[in-house]
Amino acid sequence: MPTHAIRDAAPLERRSSPDLPAVDFRNVSLSFDEKIVLRDVSFTLMPGHTKIILGASGSGKSTILKLILGLLKPDAGEIWIHGSRVDRMREDDIMDVRRHLGMVFQEGALFDSLTVGENVGYKLYEETEQPLDNVRRRVEEVLGFVRLSEHIDKMPSELSGGQRRRVAIARAMAYKPPTLLYDEATTGLDPITATTIDEEIVKLRDVENVSSIVVTHQLRDAFFVATHEALRRDGQIDIRQAGPEKCDEAEFIMLREGLITFEGNAAELRASTDPYIRMFLS
Amino acid sequence: MLTLLTDWLKGALLGVQGYVQLQAATMRGIFSRPFYFHDVVEQFDSIGIGSLTVVLLTGFFTGAVLALQSGVTLDQFGARPFVGRLVSASMIKELGPVLTGLMLAGRIGSGIAAELGSMVVTDQINALRALGTDPVRKLVVPRVLAGFFMTPVLTVISDTVGILGGWLVAVYQLGVASSLYWTSITDALYLADAWMGIIKPFILGYVIVTIGCYVGLGTKGGTQGVGRSTTNAVVAASVAVIAVDFFVTRLLFTLLY
Repeated sequence: MPTHAIRDAAPLERRSSPDLPAVDFRNVSLSFDEKIVLRDVSFTLMPGHTKIILGASGSGKSTILKLILGLLKPDAGEIWIHGSRVDRMREDDIMDVRRHLGMVFQEGALFDSLTVGENVGYKLYEETEQPLDNVRRRVEEVLGFVRLSEHIDKMPSELSGGQRRRVAIARAMAYKPPTLLYDEATTGLDPITATTIDEEIVKLRDVENVSSIVVTHQLRDAFFVATHEALRRDGQIDIRQAGPEKCDEAEFIMLREGLITFEGNAAELRASTDPYIRMFLS
Repeated sequence: MLTLLTDWLKGALLGVQGYVQLQAATMRGIFSRPFYFHDVVEQFDSIGIGSLTVVLLTGFFTGAVLALQSGVTLDQFGARPFVGRLVSASMIKELGPVLTGLMLAGRIGSGIAAELGSMVVTDQINALRALGTDPVRKLVVPRVLAGFFMTPVLTVISDTVGILGGWLVAVYQLGVASSLYWTSITDALYLADAWMGIIKPFILGYVIVTIGCYVGLGTKGGTQGVGRSTTNAVVAASVAVIAVDFFVTRLLFTLLY
């Protein structure tokens, strides 16, 4: 059983309502011109749980995250985020809903003209009235959480690929959103660096009770997130194999040409006899 | 053939619609909160101070060559002492605004399109939106304000150094008396000319920056797309400078003279 000891960071505050779904997709469809991207997609993400969306390139995985954020509007269906319907919201109104969401973009999407610290504290510096000292403290806190404190004054171009993704995670969590969206957060990274990203995802979910949607086509990382848990113990956070109950909180969704072809936990996915899933898993 | 024409027309109309929508969003951004003041200051510095060298050099040599060329022509009519009048009128009414506009189209139009284009293809624009920031307010409004207010300032500087360049050539090359040069300038300069020279750069600056922003934010297709956007922005802004200059000049002639 692999166990990784990680230096603990101060606990972070978090908002969440246990009964209200963090994300609720109801019969969502979307097409670009003639191409159908999503067909009648429905799923629910409960607070503190994880959805892992698998699928080949172009199957509509990242589109789901953009719809959740309101960066795209669906042609049909409803999208609810923490009790607010966002699919018909105006851009100005949706800004408020986005406070509940943090997004880790593929490649990080860090602002290359800002330092690591400014990137991480961007939302707090620019979109809130918080005193600068408080923001600085929070930035140091989250950079400590992803173990990059010493890089606070560096520019993103000075960081490695894995470090950039961790800074992106720190930026997404800095304003304490109850739900985090990860778009191919480990793609293009070596297995060791990818594992450190997976650990951050698990830590945030279990220690900070963040609901997560993980979009990936890296099966190793998907199963790692689904089958591990983080526990705080003696000022440290241990990552270890999760029990069956915890594993059930992580659900896989398999997308194929815009349709959900599978929904279930890791064990069910492994046991699936669907030829496409078998091919994908092999 | 008809399909191609229809597609082209559809694309052109969508382009105009998108450009107009960006103007509307920019206006809303200028007159409502949140307002990113430090970005505005940064852009005033980048667009204004950053373009000073190119504008100084262009203005100076334009004025100098204008004096040189017109001196030779005026000689045929025995009118060499009036070279100052010709240099100042040309610089203030036409060459100052247009050449400054063209230089800014090259420097700022391309810079804005490349910067915003790379932000689009690396998902930084989406990241801004995800973090609750409206990219138009954060990126477009500061650039538009800086372009609108700094282009006239740069044009006045260009006019000034152009007239100085003309003076150097007139005095040291053409042998025109310095006092005669300056007198011919003040005698020939009317208030309407000054208005013409100061109103046009406001409009040209606005057009250059909004084209750069529109093209940059519409970038598609990775790094190749950024290159394409940069070229498109420079070409479109340069053509727009010449075309807008003509229409504004025509309008100002009606209003001022």
